[in-house]
Amino acid sequence: MKKVPQQIIPLAIIFIVAIAALVTARHFFVPETFGDYGHYRAASVDEIASQEVVYAGSIICNDCHDDIYETKMNFDHRGVSCEVCHGPAMAHTEEPDEYTPRIPRIRNQCTICHGYNSARPSGFPQVVEEVHNPGRPCLECHNPHKPLLPRAPQACDACHREIALQKAVSHHTSLECKTCHDAPPDHMSNPRFARAQKPTSRALCGKCHDTEADVSRGIPRIKLATHNENYLCWDCHYPHHPEAR
Amino acid sequence: MEQDKPKIQRRDFLRSCFKKLPVLVSAAYIISPDELLASASDDYNPDEHNYAMGISIHKCIGCGRCADACKTENKVPRDEHFFRTWIERYIIPPDGEAEVDSPNGGIDGFPKADEKKEILRTYFVPKLCNHCENPPCVQVCPVGATYTSRDGVVLVDSSYCVGCRYCIQACPYGARYLHPETHTADKCTFCYHRIVKGMRPACVEVCPTQARVFGEIGKRNSPLHRFIRFNDTIVLKQWLNTKPKVYYSGADGEVR
Amino acid sequence: METILANAVEAIAGATGYIYPNEFELHWGILIVVYPYLTGLVAGAFILASLERVFKVSALIPVYRLSLLTALSFLLIAPLPLLAHLGRPERALEMFLTPHTKSAMAMFGFVYVWYLMVVLLLELWFDYRQDIINWARKSTGLKKYFYYALSLGSTSTSDEALAFDAKAGRFITLIGIPSAFLLHGYVGFIFGSVKANPWWSSVLMPIVFLFSAIVSGIALMVLIYMVTTMFRWKRINMDCLNKLGLFLIVAMIVDFSLELLDFIQRLYESEESINILSSMISNRLFISLIISQIIIGSIAPMAALVMARFRKVPDEMKRMLYFIAAILIQVGIFSTRWNVVLGGQLFSKSLRGLTTYKLEMFGLEGLFVSIVLLIMPFVILFVLVKILPPWEGGHHEPMRLAPAESKK
Repeated sequence: MKKVPQQIIPLAIIFIVAIAALVTARHFFVPETFGDYGHYRAASVDEIASQEVVYAGSIICNDCHDDIYETKMNFDHRGVSCEVCHGPAMAHTEEPDEYTPRIPRIRNQCTICHGYNSARPSGFPQVVEEVHNPGRPCLECHNPHKPLLPRAPQACDACHREIALQKAVSHHTSLECKTCHDAPPDHMSNPRFARAQKPTSRALCGKCHDTEADVSRGIPRIKLATHNENYLCWDCHYPHHPEAR
Repeated sequence: MEQDKPKIQRRDFLRSCFKKLPVLVSAAYIISPDELLASASDDYNPDEHNYAMGISIHKCIGCGRCADACKTENKVPRDEHFFRTWIERYIIPPDGEAEVDSPNGGIDGFPKADEKKEILRTYFVPKLCNHCENPPCVQVCPVGATYTSRDGVVLVDSSYCVGCRYCIQACPYGARYLHPETHTADKCTFCYHRIVKGMRPACVEVCPTQARVFGEIGKRNSPLHRFIRFNDTIVLKQWLNTKPKVYYSGADGEVR
Repeated sequence: METILANAVEAIAGATGYIYPNEFELHWGILIVVYPYLTGLVAGAFILASLERVFKVSALIPVYRLSLLTALSFLLIAPLPLLAHLGRPERALEMFLTPHTKSAMAMFGFVYVWYLMVVLLLELWFDYRQDIINWARKSTGLKKYFYYALSLGSTSTSDEALAFDAKAGRFITLIGIPSAFLLHGYVGFIFGSVKANPWWSSVLMPIVFLFSAIVSGIALMVLIYMVTTMFRWKRINMDCLNKLGLFLIVAMIVDFSLELLDFIQRLYESEESINILSSMISNRLFISLIISQIIIGSIAPMAALVMARFRKVPDEMKRMLYFIAAILIQVGIFSTRWNVVLGGQLFSKSLRGLTTYKLEMFGLEGLFVSIVLLIMPFVILFVLVKILPPWEGGHHEPMRLAPAESKK
């Protein structure tokens, strides 16, 4: 057998010591629960799970404030959790006397959701803060637990502002909404249950835009019978802003 | 007044009960019929869950309550550069580039859009960690400080994270940040401390229009199941194969 | 000119367009620019040394040992910028305790240790063992014990032992070349594998990193060789310098072509990210990419090198050109690292906006620390050169070993 070269011995010792040191260090310093379920410290899951809860969740409010809770459930704010307006309330459920949730009475509280913003879905009730009874708290007229309108809106643009804005700068500006939409009287006070009608046939547009129509000459005309007869008018033209482009 | 009286007594009775609150909280959730999520107790079995979220763009009103509640619930720094969840507003003109903004994550509301410019479509998009099934952040973490828990939530072990920020670079959704106090990576946990007790994440809890739906994949009796069944959903940056578990309905190709 | 000024103003102004709120802060700053720059120098210097040893390019003997020592001094500093940038540096050793096998970064610790312990130190030790023993025998006092300690008690100078030194040295160099490729190609992989980032995500990244590393390493050796020779009042060996110049220009052409290929491919593929990346290049990276990296750092030194190497110019002029080219290359490669690391973070992953990098001056992640980190390898090199004088040249054949004599 060949003699092991002299150099190998100290090097071997160094490498063995280094590897032994790493193995020992791993033994002592790798956290206890590391790798129990995967390449992580299993105990950290429990640590994260034990974080303090701040928002109690609205169901628990029902335990004491069932009167308000039930009222709310019958109106359009039923999906709005109590803590949206009153703030986090876990502390209140634990020490009801020590911690009182906030009761916001200021105007900006409501406009967080109900201030007009074009990106909000149309149909979501919105007001333009600057013109809607400026300076007066919303609570004067509205009860947030029973969000009804104090009186039915008089004009369509109270709710359909985005459409109204578009129509106002279009050639249809002089047309009233009811020219095309039949709205039952209840629609103003209970919009979701008494829906307004939308036009159903080409004939409605034809009343003004057919070559046969008996209206002002300034109105653009087409032969209703032959003008893309497979389509409804509003498949291509947006009636609230009807410029043909 | 007379009507109120017995109620006050009931309140007092309940107040005394709240000394033993933890038991009661869990009891309330087991009983309540609209809480079909996990029950909070020792027998919580993470292997039985796979959490996910649905977001309906058509319902989001951009009120920012989710982002605000998230910061409160999780003690996220109130600075405007640290968010576990935030809201973006998209304003899409008839031609040209979409305009996107998210002032302070949407917490303080959005300024009025320029009404002189024509708008084709405009909507809000809440963003958060997508809790990917194939998470690049977990893949790149050198020490195993971020991981997918058994219940399908991507978590960060802040007492083990070295703060190398590789995970922040690897996240395609910008969902992670370096916590300015702990100097470790931080992100949405789906409010892990809430969901294991059967509660909903804070952002879902406070969403006034139910634009956010929390639930579980593969469970028929989960709100998410219904959401995915009745909506055409997409996930963000699907081509990166991260398999996100936040499903968007009503989002279009501009959202990324 | 006006557009450049306008761009500069805009760059100072901060973010433009939309960036995700969490992207406001750049997470990898100048320290992470320094890190691949340093490892690149290590890999480049080592590959240069290997050329001499494995392929027996005898003209390079004067820089063989110097390259090894340079590689070592830069390698010792290379992990420091990483360490300094960690949010929790005290937890750094977790990378050895619980390395995540799927993480490119976790493997750095092992690649680094492998390279330091198994490749560089061993190669140096086998190469210097004979000399260390000689120095131990010749010196007195503490120095004697120091050199004995360095020899690790292996003091045999029999022909057999020396033959083993040479054999082991050659074998380690053979392992060393792929290891050097691994070390720096892997640094490229750290960036190239981030699929979330279109500026980084490219299969060419490790290869581009590797070739730029070779370029920077050879250029560094040109500088160190010329400066050290000057200070020792010795004549520069023009054969060696010309050979370095030749390797340098070949490596540069490969490197530049690869980068150009990457660039053209991106432009031609014109993926989703192309708009924001083009706008980033013309706004935020104009000076550091177009001017500093391409014109000053690539085209100018290539021209200088071609002139020095292939034109009939006097040696004086050649030396001047090599020296200038080597300095410009360092500027260029540093800009390359800057553009890769910071460029990857200047645009939002929403692909809708650009942000800016605000360079700190005195913080832990600031300019000052970076400059210190860039100077430290030279200090270490100075000490190493004092302890292990490399001037006798690489003598790894047993017959060349005996008495110390100059090769020149």
